[in-house]
Amino acid sequence: MFTPLQLARRLARRLAGLVATLVAASFVIFAAVYAAPGDPAVFLAGGRDKLTPERLAQVRAQYHLDEPLVVQYGRWLWDTVHLDLGRSFKYSDQVADLIAARLPTTLQLVAYATLLYVVLGVGAGILAAVKRSTWVDSAVVGGTTLAASVPSFVAAIALVSVFGVQLGWFPVTGAGDGFTGTLHHLTLPALSLALGALAIISRVTRQSMADAAASDHVEAARASGVPERDIVRRHVLRNALGPIVTMCGLVMAGMLAGTVVVETAFGISGIGSLLVNAINTHDFPVAQAVLLLMVTGYVVVTTLVDLAHPLLDPRVKEART
Amino acid sequence: MLLSVNDLTVTVPGTARPLLDSVTLHVAEGEVVGLVGESGSGKSTTAKAALGLLPAHATTTGSVRVSGTDVLALTGEELRRHRSTTVAMIHQDPRAALNPVRRIGDFLTERGATKEEAAGLLAAVGLPDPARRLRQRPHELSGGMLQRVVIAGALAARPRLLLADEATSALDVTTQAEILTQLREARATQGAGLLFITHDLHLAAAYCDRVYVMYAGRVVEQRTAKALFTAPAHPYTRGLLSCSPTLGETRTLTPIPGRPPSLSDAFDGCPFVSRCGDAEDACGTWRPEPHGLEDGGEVACRRARASAGPPPVRRNEKEGASPK
Repeated sequence: MFTPLQLARRLARRLAGLVATLVAASFVIFAAVYAAPGDPAVFLAGGRDKLTPERLAQVRAQYHLDEPLVVQYGRWLWDTVHLDLGRSFKYSDQVADLIAARLPTTLQLVAYATLLYVVLGVGAGILAAVKRSTWVDSAVVGGTTLAASVPSFVAAIALVSVFGVQLGWFPVTGAGDGFTGTLHHLTLPALSLALGALAIISRVTRQSMADAAASDHVEAARASGVPERDIVRRHVLRNALGPIVTMCGLVMAGMLAGTVVVETAFGISGIGSLLVNAINTHDFPVAQAVLLLMVTGYVVVTTLVDLAHPLLDPRVKEART
Repeated sequence: MLLSVNDLTVTVPGTARPLLDSVTLHVAEGEVVGLVGESGSGKSTTAKAALGLLPAHATTTGSVRVSGTDVLALTGEELRRHRSTTVAMIHQDPRAALNPVRRIGDFLTERGATKEEAAGLLAAVGLPDPARRLRQRPHELSGGMLQRVVIAGALAARPRLLLADEATSALDVTTQAEILTQLREARATQGAGLLFITHDLHLAAAYCDRVYVMYAGRVVEQRTAKALFTAPAHPYTRGLLSCSPTLGETRTLTPIPGRPPSLSDAFDGCPFVSRCGDAEDACGTWRPEPHGLEDGGEVACRRARASAGPPPVRRNEKEGASPK
């Protein structure tokens, strides 16, 4: 049990760590985009053919591109902290508006994919662990390995060709409207996103459960005639949850930054495609904002997983942080 | 007869000798029976047989009956019910026997106690503040407290037979004495039989009505506790007694020479022959079989049988003996 003071101190330490990570990440992002080959001023001035040195200098001054990296970074950080992400070089819109328009689709896609790989992956892992060393176990391991070895764009194309074109069950492009429409449109993209994660999640579940099943207290429960269902649920799976939840969180956090391929394959305009376009067109403010958002998402998800650990295993005291 | 193990032989692949070799053992209603021997002598395997919990891939001959039910023939739901209602095991290491992430109350209710009974069970085994204990998790309790919890868990289903596997070996002596008293009382209240496994022969002799001594998967001697202590018939039992210190005696401690046999040691004759001070050449080929003693006990020793009665303890001779 924690006193309120301990709890507050714990949360404060967490938050400080989170902020420090974000500041460090933001500088790396800013510097990386800054160092990327190609000059955004050329693009902003309207292309090479109309370019004069005066025009170029004027554009650089207008967008503060002539200042040193650290000054530019400081200016950007100051604005970002004040929730001003700037304007897109390309669209002239507020970056925040661009992201707000695209983010829901990506979040829905990631949430749907997460739901799929958690339910299917953990389910398959439990099945393999319970039926260990039988054909079911081999089938799960073999099937998920096969699924993971197929790149997601290949899986996307295969899914489109079978379920979209030949069977006509699902639309092949767009994100859909309303709840059922979205669900309908995002099923194939979410599935192709989730396929690769299935192998990791099912393997971690299987191994973690095998470790938990080898504990003495499981044999003790079995010797006491506790029903096998309860043993699997309350002793094996319950004790195996730590690694499973961690892995699910990490995969989900990774997915937030990894939707580009699937969004492109299914013609969904989400954060991923926004980022790729921004990078291709040297749209600094957009690229930086999207990357920062992805890093924030990653850090927040992993922090949440960390915070959930003491709930899963009461022996984990926060003293270790 | 409550527990009746008859001529039980358990063989697993990859070992030179059986885990259990022709073990015959009985526990009557309300009786406290001790099972003594070195590590690896087959004590725990014998107890687990009463739960139908033998190693995977083991082949068995002989029978294990609890209240007339053939335990080795039980499967599925019947076996589960047998384990949950008829027989309960008290494990050696309480910290390992409890799930670290679940509450003490869950441990008890899972074993058949209702929420109201659970607090009563904890109070019955001498745990103070039982209502609070129910909400705690194992890491918040000491080893002695956890052993009480495990005993309460074993009593929860009101079993006919209790198996205590080194239940107090890990505890300090005062806690041990308290827990043994609690166990005896709880057992008496429920009228259950108790198979008390220990490596401590003195404890067994003091605590039990009858004692079986096991060596290398065999029962070598079965006596009432008093007879075992005053006139041990098997050289191994005498060895066990003379290698543990007792208060008020000035004799030197005599360890049994050699080492306990492992599963890769096979025997043509008596398994104790290489460590026995009284062994003769013929012992090396004599296949042990139990031999009745005048007081109703049994001993599996060729020489004890030849002399028709327990031979006198000859400590001086044994000191000169060397392992073959």
